Amino acid sequence: MSTHSYNGRPWQERSAWSRLTARDSVLRRLDWTLLLACVALSVIGSLLVWSATRNRTELNEGDPQHFLWRHLISLAIGVALSVGTVWLGHRRLRGAVPVLYGLSVLLTLLVLTPLGATINGQRAWLDLGAGLSLQPAEFAKITIILGMAMLLAAQVDAGDRLHPDHRTVVQSLALAAVPIGIVMLMPDMGSVMVLVVIVLGVLLASGASNRWIIGLLATGGIGAVLVWQLGVLDEYQINRFAAFANPALDPSGAGYNTNQARIAIGSGGLHGKGLFEGSQTTGRFVPEQQTDFVFTVAGEELGFLGAGLIILLVGVVLWRACRIALETTELYGTIVAAGIIAWFAFQSFENIGMTMGIMPVAGLPLPFVSYGGTSMFAVWIAIGLLQSIRVQRPVSA
Amino acid sequence: MSNIPETGRTTRVTIRLVAIQILVFSLMLTLGGRLWYLQIRNGEEYAEKAAGNHVQQVVQPAVRGAILDARGVPLADNETRLVVSASRTELMKMDDGGKAVLTRLADVLGMTYKDVSDKTRLCDAETPQPCWNGSPYQPIPVTDEATTQQALQIRERQEDFPGITAEPVAVRRYPAPYGARTSQVLGYLSPVTDEEIAQTKDTGSPLLSSDQIGRSGLERQYDAALRGDAGVTRYKVDNLGRVIGEAENDKGEPGSSLVTSIDARVQAIAEKELVKAMKEARKQHDRNTNRNYEADAGAVVVMESKTGRIVAMASAPDYDPNAWVGGISAKDYARLTGKKSNYPLLNRAIQGQAAPGSIFKVIPTAAAVKAGYEFDGRYNCPSSYSIGGQVFKNFESQNHGMIDLGRALEVSCDTVYYALAHQEWKKDGGIDPKKNPDDWFYRTAHEFGLGKRTGIDLPNEVTGRVPDRKWKREYWEANKDAWCKYGKKGGDYVEQIAYENCLEGNKLRAGDSVNYSIGQGDTLVTPIQMAAIYAALSNGGTMYEPTVGKAVISPDGKTVEEIEPKKRGRLPMDAKTLRQTDKALEGVATRGTAAWRFADTGWPQKEIPMHAKTGTAEVHGKQTTSWFATYTDEYTIVMTISQGGTGSGASGPAVRAIYDALYGVGEGGKIDRKKALLPKPHKKLPRINPDGTIEALRQKGFKP
Repeated sequence: MSTHSYNGRPWQERSAWSRLTARDSVLRRLDWTLLLACVALSVIGSLLVWSATRNRTELNEGDPQHFLWRHLISLAIGVALSVGTVWLGHRRLRGAVPVLYGLSVLLTLLVLTPLGATINGQRAWLDLGAGLSLQPAEFAKITIILGMAMLLAAQVDAGDRLHPDHRTVVQSLALAAVPIGIVMLMPDMGSVMVLVVIVLGVLLASGASNRWIIGLLATGGIGAVLVWQLGVLDEYQINRFAAFANPALDPSGAGYNTNQARIAIGSGGLHGKGLFEGSQTTGRFVPEQQTDFVFTVAGEELGFLGAGLIILLVGVVLWRACRIALETTELYGTIVAAGIIAWFAFQSFENIGMTMGIMPVAGLPLPFVSYGGTSMFAVWIAIGLLQSIRVQRPVSA
Repeated sequence: MSNIPETGRTTRVTIRLVAIQILVFSLMLTLGGRLWYLQIRNGEEYAEKAAGNHVQQVVQPAVRGAILDARGVPLADNETRLVVSASRTELMKMDDGGKAVLTRLADVLGMTYKDVSDKTRLCDAETPQPCWNGSPYQPIPVTDEATTQQALQIRERQEDFPGITAEPVAVRRYPAPYGARTSQVLGYLSPVTDEEIAQTKDTGSPLLSSDQIGRSGLERQYDAALRGDAGVTRYKVDNLGRVIGEAENDKGEPGSSLVTSIDARVQAIAEKELVKAMKEARKQHDRNTNRNYEADAGAVVVMESKTGRIVAMASAPDYDPNAWVGGISAKDYARLTGKKSNYPLLNRAIQGQAAPGSIFKVIPTAAAVKAGYEFDGRYNCPSSYSIGGQVFKNFESQNHGMIDLGRALEVSCDTVYYALAHQEWKKDGGIDPKKNPDDWFYRTAHEFGLGKRTGIDLPNEVTGRVPDRKWKREYWEANKDAWCKYGKKGGDYVEQIAYENCLEGNKLRAGDSVNYSIGQGDTLVTPIQMAAIYAALSNGGTMYEPTVGKAVISPDGKTVEEIEPKKRGRLPMDAKTLRQTDKALEGVATRGTAAWRFADTGWPQKEIPMHAKTGTAEVHGKQTTSWFATYTDEYTIVMTISQGGTGSGASGPAVRAIYDALYGVGEGGKIDRKKALLPKPHKKLPRINPDGTIEALRQKGFKP
């Protein structure tokens, strides 16, 4: 029934150009709206990172473009990884999932060894030397999605069952639990939250019984209470929540970041103060501004129009991702797309929300926009997966 | 991998996907809504906060303008001093609240820790002086008398003195030329308070936290002109306070100078003579109280008769205005505001009020003429006048027979005025007045400008009081409860008075009217009011608003804003009465109560016609107030000494000495033009140099 099978025709019979321009070519089947939105976010992100770092002499080694270049290189690598993912195709990757998953768990574990680097109280980075570092939790997001999708979709896509059975769900949860547990030990609670939401999204899309969904939500709630009660959290994490609950609390201490972030965004007004012109930004009042708080630069310097555009573009990305999830009929692709939607949606909401004081502070980057190589690689791989699902979607008759 | 699933998704999954989609869009909408709330709805508030975040102001205070005398001699100017200041914000950051630093600082400055910490604490309702009533964010001056040695120590060991600065600053100086302190007229400065900053925030001349503001006297009256505009440099700073750029700046403008009509030499003489007269009075025995006169306070006003300009104004006790510079010490403050020192901050020339006694008599004289009595008529001057058994005596019980009003002024015959006032009181209906009584004696007093401010360009002038029917009624309303409680029939004097006041204190009694007619009883006047009246008698009847300020001169000397004398009305006398009164007052100086101070002691009456009126006012429970009001064609001098004795006795020599100096009158009435300080009032302003400085005409070797 498939009209687009790749192994139906020998590729080598056609010229490269005609292959690219043919009616059923990869390029034509790509979701260009999605791609353009991602590129636009990346371009805006580059400008914002540049603005946030160009006068941070204590960080940029005297080169105002230091962070910009590194950001652009990460972006280029990310796009290349994305192209590679499309070229491979999410289905071909399905076979490699066990290996990828194993590698990802291993990398995550390495963080806990002396190879790991501690930043802001979190041991979440792998120091590669030469100023390069890697955040394996970002890859864990992808491998959990792929791994769970592989397990959950196997029987359904084979036509054996309508929905994954309990055994499969348990297996997939166990698969997710291992990297989540390791990330918890770092402790990188922001990533843990994202991973849990991803698991939720994956389970929802898999068609798993409602009981699992409710059970997972309940476990999440109880887990959160336990974490709070048992004092697993460090003091700074508790302070973040306290500052979120009461922003006026200790404005020069725990509440400082959120307070300054809100001032930065609020002072932007409709048009903003202009790129590179933000006083909060040039005055370094907002910490972590090129990474977690990059949205404040947009708010202050680009105003409601610019910052609103970012939210709009994120919305476009999510809208296209939802279309892709709905358009494909194979469950594997659906689950992968849903996992990515859950990931992007929650992480974007949490990141932007915390800068505006409607979510507690957690160390999470804004997809496509924030400075940070691993995050950039991960989100572009995810875009590659989405494009691949679209390109390879079975078109119903 | 090539297997295309046959079954695909179930509806359950599709429904869930749609649900996820809806949820995702809600999240994005939430973000958009919040963004709108922060940036559009509350954007301005945050913009303000952001501005406050990153701009730091550095204020360069404007150099305050000088206050000069009529010849350009500075009465108040500035000098450069080494000021050591402490930043409270810095000190409060330290674990011990800066105690260690302040202790070290006190050691270097040779002060005690308590002195230093008292000066740097903030004023509130419970904190006594010294304390800092300026902005807590402004460096607080600990001393402005640091030596170069001390300043160097502080600067070189900055690590030992965090938050402490030692810098040369222009500070106010009151040089008291020739010894003329001019204390109360000049006033003083103190730091601006937070409330004042808030009040003036949106006005044309906002105050900055570093400002010193004039609190009294000329410093207050002409504060806006003298203060100038402080320069403000606004720096953009980052989160650590490091300067990252300069924002818009306001260029400062030094304050304007104020040229006054005061002549420092005359002022010096007036101050010296006042003190001397008071000292002398204290040696005199008072027969009434059987002890020496207290002479606890006094004032003298020297006014230009034709303009109302003040040439000298002295009030005793006085103080050294320099005590206020750089923050006043606890001891000084207690001394300046205490009862023991008899409130030297008061300018008694405009804030001291007392019954005028006989210098008041020109007013009932004018009133009598208005009421229809002939100036030249014959009026009996017996030794006493009795009303219903109550005997009102003439001063020293003298009988002058039948005299006219002019003679009554000359000899200061009380009984003539008693009789006139009593008749008028009866005509108005007595204790139960007719509708719309004439009240000539009271109405005329108001027309002389009594009971209200003269409008002199000095703050906090008081009004004095004309004890007319309206006042009596209001006063009774306010006090009747106390009177009725305390009053006792047949009790001691005070109890008896209270008893009577309780019964009919709201009514104008015959005794009130009679007492009032000779400036006794509840009548209150200020020296400046009397000076304005006597100056008007001298100049033909024009009353001026007295002025001290003569011109405001911009720092570059280009703009000169002259302060013209302002007429405020005419005396309620026709030309003839005025002439007759003038003649009578000359008679006082030549053959009346003041003759022994002038005509009999060699005053050149022909060259410089002198007019005078003496007054000795009785005050219950106190010794008599000495009043002396005099004028020539050029000047009017009014002097008073509280508990000082008689008018001509206590104040006479001082007033004479001031005239002698003004006109250069020497022994035996010889006029030495060379010695005359100011035979004619200054017409011109001091010379302004091309660079804006004002030339001071100093008289070398002058000793008051």
